Amino acid sequence: MGQLKQTKTRVMTRVLHSLVGALCATLVMSFVAAPLWAQSSGPLRIEITEGVIEPLPFAVPDFIPENASAEEWSSRLARVVAQDLVGTGIFREIPSSAFISKPTSFSAPIQFADWKAVNSQALVHAAVAVQGRQINVKFRIYDVFAGAELGQGLQLSGTTDGWRRLAHKVADQVYSLITGESGYFDSRVVFVSETGPKADRKKRLAIMDFDGENVQFLTGSEAIVLAPRFSPTGDRVLYTSYATGQPRIHVLDVGDTRARILEQAPGTQSFSPRFSPDGRSIVFSLARGANTEIYRMDFGSGAMTRLTNTPAIETSPSFSPDGSQIVFESDRSGTQQIYVMPTTGGAAQRISFGEGRYGSPVWSPRGDRVAFTKQSKGRFHIGVMRPDGSGERLLTASFLDESPTWAPNGRVIMFTRETQGASGSASLYSVDISGRNLRRVATPGGGSDPSWGPLQ
Amino acid sequence: MTKFAYTLISVAALTLAACTDGGRFDNDFDTDDGSGELNGAEGALGAAGDPTSPAYFSQTIGDRVFFEVDQAVLTTQGRATLDAQATWLMTNADYFATIEGHADEQGTREYNIGLSNRRAAAARDYLVAQGVPASRLTTVGFGKERPVAVCSEESCYAQNRRSVTILTGGLLG
Repeated sequence: MGQLKQTKTRVMTRVLHSLVGALCATLVMSFVAAPLWAQSSGPLRIEITEGVIEPLPFAVPDFIPENASAEEWSSRLARVVAQDLVGTGIFREIPSSAFISKPTSFSAPIQFADWKAVNSQALVHAAVAVQGRQINVKFRIYDVFAGAELGQGLQLSGTTDGWRRLAHKVADQVYSLITGESGYFDSRVVFVSETGPKADRKKRLAIMDFDGENVQFLTGSEAIVLAPRFSPTGDRVLYTSYATGQPRIHVLDVGDTRARILEQAPGTQSFSPRFSPDGRSIVFSLARGANTEIYRMDFGSGAMTRLTNTPAIETSPSFSPDGSQIVFESDRSGTQQIYVMPTTGGAAQRISFGEGRYGSPVWSPRGDRVAFTKQSKGRFHIGVMRPDGSGERLLTASFLDESPTWAPNGRVIMFTRETQGASGSASLYSVDISGRNLRRVATPGGGSDPSWGPLQ
Repeated sequence: MTKFAYTLISVAALTLAACTDGGRFDNDFDTDDGSGELNGAEGALGAAGDPTSPAYFSQTIGDRVFFEVDQAVLTTQGRATLDAQATWLMTNADYFATIEGHADEQGTREYNIGLSNRRAAAARDYLVAQGVPASRLTTVGFGKERPVAVCSEESCYAQNRRSVTILTGGLLG
């Protein structure tokens, strides 16, 4: 899994990047009822805006098998690429039943007329070769109506048990070339796997691919575990465990699943830990008696600094991606609201002013938004706002939605949705930041408290 | 009709028993003899009729107090229960206690841990003010992780917004 290699096979001269900056700057908040993709001038691309209504049609024929042992992978790889892209809600797959011709050789010329005829705007042209446990994939992405390649061809290699990662990498490249943004398919999510009845729920930490595949458990279910959060590089997980009888922050190595307690001063409880963007320190809540404050801990030395100082409950701290600020929640005003303070602590600015309560804020990896949970009139919502509190928008509504986490590209949010009543249970859902494309993420059993890791 | 009424009463009795029983003791010691009368037999906890027994503490005095929505302020009834707990703990000085705080499901997970800590601390502080040595009391906030009643209505929420005084040490220890 770890030794995925990426090699350039050709340098493509088509210039996309000059456009990327300009388009990114105009992203998101405008409600433009424009077509999603425009082909008349310039390269094929999707501008991800509020107005996206028409997904971009693409085709991904089965990967061309370059030897006999590659045949069984040819369709499986193509299916994962297609699922990833269709799952975004901004791509639409042209089914293979509509294909006029199918590629038979990776080096043969592309029959653009055949793909134009079925209105496939983009084409993923790929081949696979397998030797023992070694699997090699090479692919090119074409702008069909321009009759030209997008970006440059890539070659990937890995092992057959990590084959899905190869497909995710292909899909990430398609997404990235056509949207101008980085992808999020080759990423993992750590979450709490839930089983058992509501009054005796068993919780275990688990890790999975972003699409719910390859679930592995990281802890047993002997103690309550809550709210895992990935390190910036995805190799460690912070979480809260009741293994000692009290809530205590722990860190676990994803590779060997070994865990250690980070804080256990007598008379305290600790929870809600999160890494700084450089991974060198963490912030968390420390409770003494009735009072809960936010502290920062140097990860190497364990030295702690207190960042808040009020009688309120201060929790759910999350760093800005540049590491200069922390967004958190506090009920110092009387109800849960969201505040921003410098990373060194001190004066905090309240940023949530709408009706209801606001909690569990998480700063977007792009820095431009804060996701949060809002509770109003007996309903829960996942929402986003700018870090200054403007532009609040609610993306979901249900009996109980909470604990948002950002995809590494800041375009999609995963969260917990819990259903009502005695047989209620928790599941993971995702939604894009325009509020479209709400989807349940398939996990074995229930799931809660997702934390989306980096692009691998 | 008579039979129906009888069934209803039995269910009500069992439900009440389930609510007031200290769940920990029931699980750990299996004191339910099947008669529906909990902790009736002599056992590790002693008889509920024995005023020095943990069973008496959890059932007759009451091991838990309840809170209003998003509040950690003790109610009049809550203070009365804690007065009796304090008297018992001072009389039975061998016992230590862990005070668990809990919240209902109407709140975000981490805030609810903070809120449940406040509830446990409110109960602890009250017991200390009545004379129970602080060194015998520990608190822990469980947030919304351990509901005793599972419906999504106020009737259940009211039972879940609680602090529970759980005896440790002493005869159990």
